[in-house]
Amino acid sequence: MWENIKQFASEFFVTGDPLIYGADVSIALTMIAIVFVLTKYKKWGWLWREWLTTVDHKRIGIMYLIASLLMLFRGGVDALLMRLQLAFPNMEFLHSEHYNAIFTTHGTIMILFMAMPMMFGLFNMVVPLQLGARDVAYPFLNALSFWLFMLGAMLFNLSFVIGGSPEAGWLSYPPLSQNDFSPGPGQNFWIWGIQISGIGSLATGINFIVTILKMRAPGMKLSQMPLFSWSVLSSSIMIIFAFPILTVTIALLFLDRFAGAHFFTMDGGGNPMMYLNLIWMWGHPEVYIVVVPAFGIFSEVVATFSRKKIFGYKSMVWALMAIAVASFFTWAHHFFTMGTSASVIAFFAISTMVIAIPTGVKVFNWLFTMFRGRISFKQPMLWTIAFIPCFLVGGATGVMLAVAPADYQYHNSYFLIAHFHQVLIGGVVFGYLAGIYYWWPKLFGFKLDEKLGKWGFWFWNIGFYVCFMPQYALGFMGMTRRYYTYGWDRGWADMNLVSTVGAFMMGIGFIFQVWQIAYSIKHGERDKTGDPWNARTLEWSIPSPAPFYNFAVVPTVKDSDDWWATKQAKANGTYKEEPVHLEPIHMPKNSGIPFIMSLFWFLVGFGFTFGWVWIAVIGFIGVFACMWVRSFQYDTDYYVPVDEVRRTEASLGRVL
Amino acid sequence: MQQMAKHHDHGHGHDHDHGHEEHEQLKVLGFWIFVVTDCILFGSLFATYAVMMHSYAGGPTGKELFELPGIIASTFILLTSSFTSGLAVLAMNKGKVKELIAWLAVTAVLGLSFVVLEINEFTHLVHEGATIATSGFWSAFFTLVGTHGLHVSVGLFWMVALMIQLKRRGITPVTRRKVTNLSLYWHFLDVVWIFLFTVVYLMGVM
Amino acid sequence: MSGGKMLRQIQFWILAALATVLLSGCGSEYLVLNPKGPVAETQYNLIIISTILCAVIIIPVLALTAFIVYRYRDTPGNKAPYKPEWAHNTALEVIWWGIPVVIIAILGYFTVRDVYVLKESPNKEVAPMTIQVTALDWKWMFTYPDQNIATVNYLEIPAGVPIHFQVSAEAPMNSFWVPELGGQIYAMAGMATELYLQADEPGEFQGFSSNFSGKDFAHMQFKVVAKPQDEFNKWVDEVKGTTPAMSKEDYNELKKPGLTEKKLYSAFPEGLFEEILARYSHGHDMDHVMKKEPAVTGEKSSETSSVTHQMSDMSSMPGMDHSGMKH
Repeated sequence: MWENIKQFASEFFVTGDPLIYGADVSIALTMIAIVFVLTKYKKWGWLWREWLTTVDHKRIGIMYLIASLLMLFRGGVDALLMRLQLAFPNMEFLHSEHYNAIFTTHGTIMILFMAMPMMFGLFNMVVPLQLGARDVAYPFLNALSFWLFMLGAMLFNLSFVIGGSPEAGWLSYPPLSQNDFSPGPGQNFWIWGIQISGIGSLATGINFIVTILKMRAPGMKLSQMPLFSWSVLSSSIMIIFAFPILTVTIALLFLDRFAGAHFFTMDGGGNPMMYLNLIWMWGHPEVYIVVVPAFGIFSEVVATFSRKKIFGYKSMVWALMAIAVASFFTWAHHFFTMGTSASVIAFFAISTMVIAIPTGVKVFNWLFTMFRGRISFKQPMLWTIAFIPCFLVGGATGVMLAVAPADYQYHNSYFLIAHFHQVLIGGVVFGYLAGIYYWWPKLFGFKLDEKLGKWGFWFWNIGFYVCFMPQYALGFMGMTRRYYTYGWDRGWADMNLVSTVGAFMMGIGFIFQVWQIAYSIKHGERDKTGDPWNARTLEWSIPSPAPFYNFAVVPTVKDSDDWWATKQAKANGTYKEEPVHLEPIHMPKNSGIPFIMSLFWFLVGFGFTFGWVWIAVIGFIGVFACMWVRSFQYDTDYYVPVDEVRRTEASLGRVL
Repeated sequence: MQQMAKHHDHGHGHDHDHGHEEHEQLKVLGFWIFVVTDCILFGSLFATYAVMMHSYAGGPTGKELFELPGIIASTFILLTSSFTSGLAVLAMNKGKVKELIAWLAVTAVLGLSFVVLEINEFTHLVHEGATIATSGFWSAFFTLVGTHGLHVSVGLFWMVALMIQLKRRGITPVTRRKVTNLSLYWHFLDVVWIFLFTVVYLMGVM
Repeated sequence: MSGGKMLRQIQFWILAALATVLLSGCGSEYLVLNPKGPVAETQYNLIIISTILCAVIIIPVLALTAFIVYRYRDTPGNKAPYKPEWAHNTALEVIWWGIPVVIIAILGYFTVRDVYVLKESPNKEVAPMTIQVTALDWKWMFTYPDQNIATVNYLEIPAGVPIHFQVSAEAPMNSFWVPELGGQIYAMAGMATELYLQADEPGEFQGFSSNFSGKDFAHMQFKVVAKPQDEFNKWVDEVKGTTPAMSKEDYNELKKPGLTEKKLYSAFPEGLFEEILARYSHGHDMDHVMKKEPAVTGEKSSETSSVTHQMSDMSSMPGMDHSGMKH
């Protein structure tokens, strides 16, 4: 009996590496500390009422943001471990299986559990405010999306402590990801972590499409909608078309592993190439899903900090939509080297290059927004200006990769690695950081410290080029991605060492930013006006931090950049003051069901991961029970009385 | 822009029902978009099936094992249930709760018999030696047909919940929206089945 | 290849201008930039053309960015014009929708041309020699159907002769890459992909596995040696005379996961490669092809290449079906 338990434990818990023991201990200590603090200060009720059950889009946005920063930390540590291992030839810091697990989790976490939630966080924090709405279309579903993401991410990260991590790469190509080559629960963690959070992403896509189409303030035509909201619409449309493909693909992979099906197996009539096609039919739009909202952010930031209207609004909208459509016709460029027929390769090479056209147009429009403007170099603008050259070079190497015959030489080499990090860090991360700095005061009521932020900015930027420019060179030297080690004889040592130094500089940049947040909570400049940047769109017309009902009076929109127009009118004296008429505000009630239902989904995933079907069955029953209970709830909203609205506004310094 | 605006629950003393009505419309739109995503889900499964169509790996073929009469019967059952769910909506529009519940019940019974027939068919296939692990073809077959069957089963579960709510609350904006969505879902599954019947069964035995 | 020479001179300037990497000239470790055969040469030229075309856009835009950011900065006394409502100009917008279109059209022309060029043998004067490549866990096996010899992790080829590689695997997917001779191709179980490479001069080249395939993937590399035809023939005779023949058991031993040193075999089981292919192409569309012509008997290159031709023509592969895209 005791032997059995010991046997089980040694397989169940990840063991055998001091690094992992250290991490395990620190995770356990953190958990204990959290529980202790919550209990000591009697905060459990607060946690439940204010956060776990909230349906307020701003709070959900904040939770997404916190989760994504934690995941950025984990993915970043993964990256640093990899760079340490590659810093010198023949390093024995990580053995190959450990290295394989780390690059797998690094990629998966950075795209699915860092970029996606950071993006959803920005959607949530900004879109309803920008549209003059009081919430998203389906607040309950929104909370459910968040908790599905969160528990999916937790399930994935659990693989670090128990069962073992996936080791087949972030897209887990079969046959390598099949039972024959990747036995054990690691690969199942990957499947279920993504599957559960993917359902949440799909629901968010639906939610924001309806929000944007139906919840705009009266008078706001689509052609007057701020560009960030346009980019969210573009991204959401891609989500609803792409994510069902992901759901199917990894469900089929799971059936192969769990039920012995033959979709992607080498034998039994399976076809691994089909997996490559399916996963990239989702995967390629996915990278545009995350980068397009960053484009939206740049459009807002550039206009605000150049104190000038965005240039070529219509072009910008057309470009966003063109990218959304074109992104679905390029997936095969991820495997030009599969030996496909020449005409197929030619088609996908051209379609890939074509995407560069609308993207290039956007860059020109941003430049000409600054042209004849007045540029102030506040943090959001710094990241935007840093983005332009970085993305230009990254985009150019992307076009080079699209030249299919040349791609036979770049494919899977560090040239490719450098390219996609350049567009994902230079585009997505810089963009989201710009967005976070920009909208932070609206959410929290204070600005993030400029000085510390600039330190972080420069470390990130210089670190980025030091890290990734050498990787282009390594690609030309024949260094393939996912090599866990290399010999002296290749001549790869210098460039790798430089690259590692750069990676650590970015790590220091991140530390500065964490410090910046901690420092600014206490010392950050408070925003009393609600419009700290002299900005243009509706979210800046309300006080900071935004009250839970957003708008005491729902605005009527007459112009694009309506808030700017209002300010101009006030300055000219042409503004007509209208009497304020407050009404009770209709709001959704909090609900614990999203959280509980997601816990049951977690059980489903956990049970299937270890092949303990009874746990999964309990999970499914719980999920259905939650749906049943929710279906019978009719008392799901309430009205905020006028008095309370008036009191809240007064506490934020506005007299109505 | 600070001027007074007409919000969706505008008017005199916030007309609750009107606010609801608009909110419920919003949910119908969302459900339509959900159906679009479900279309893509089935589209991916159909594409997979098309790739696997001849991957028998030496195992039995569809032609050998499909028994068309049973399938035609379940096709008729499902088509009929789609019709009865349409009748349920008509009853709702006339404001007749009892008739509405009755038609939903008929729809549910038909749906249930469809599911039972499908389970029967699967059992039969397994006895004949065709399981999900037999070959690429059978993996794709069971997954595609099974996913449709699961959708129907979830629909049944939903239908029962809705009948209870209708009994308790009658026809309100909320229950009206729910019935609308359910019938949309049901028609959608019907359309999927027609494709499935054609691609899998008819083309399979030809 | 005089165009190539000219381009190589321009390359020096371009790379310096871009300051992409700390390239001091093009050291021999930059394998991709030191083509040693016609295929790599074609790809190298494309790399240069695409770099130039991208630079044509990027460098002016970078300069423009620096100029705009500096000139329109918000400092007291900045005399540059300020026009906050100026937000549209059709002529300008037509220009920057137009420029990328032109660039992409030019680049697209070269791309499509070379996609087709590289599907064919790079040398029409010399008949290609066939070598079959099998990716195993974690080693490369090469079988020479015409010479009836086999090697592991070591590839010897005659210089100046186009080599027709048929590439497959009996392991997770990998990719076969010799950067100095040309770009890579995937190695997948159940199908043979095709790749032509040629070394112009005798020499030694490094071969890489370039698609992650598990634990010892990083060590799965091989040497390529090109020799003049007569020396190559001598080497073949030597292998035939001095090394053991590969038996079925040897192969089964070889395909077990693990690492091996370079190995040479004077012979290999007849139709080994075709057998490996057939083992995993079970149930695919081309099933009937395999059944009609029991590949085990393998009449060597002429027949096998017709079989593999069908296999690698993936436009007919259902995996490339676009139906999943029709929403």
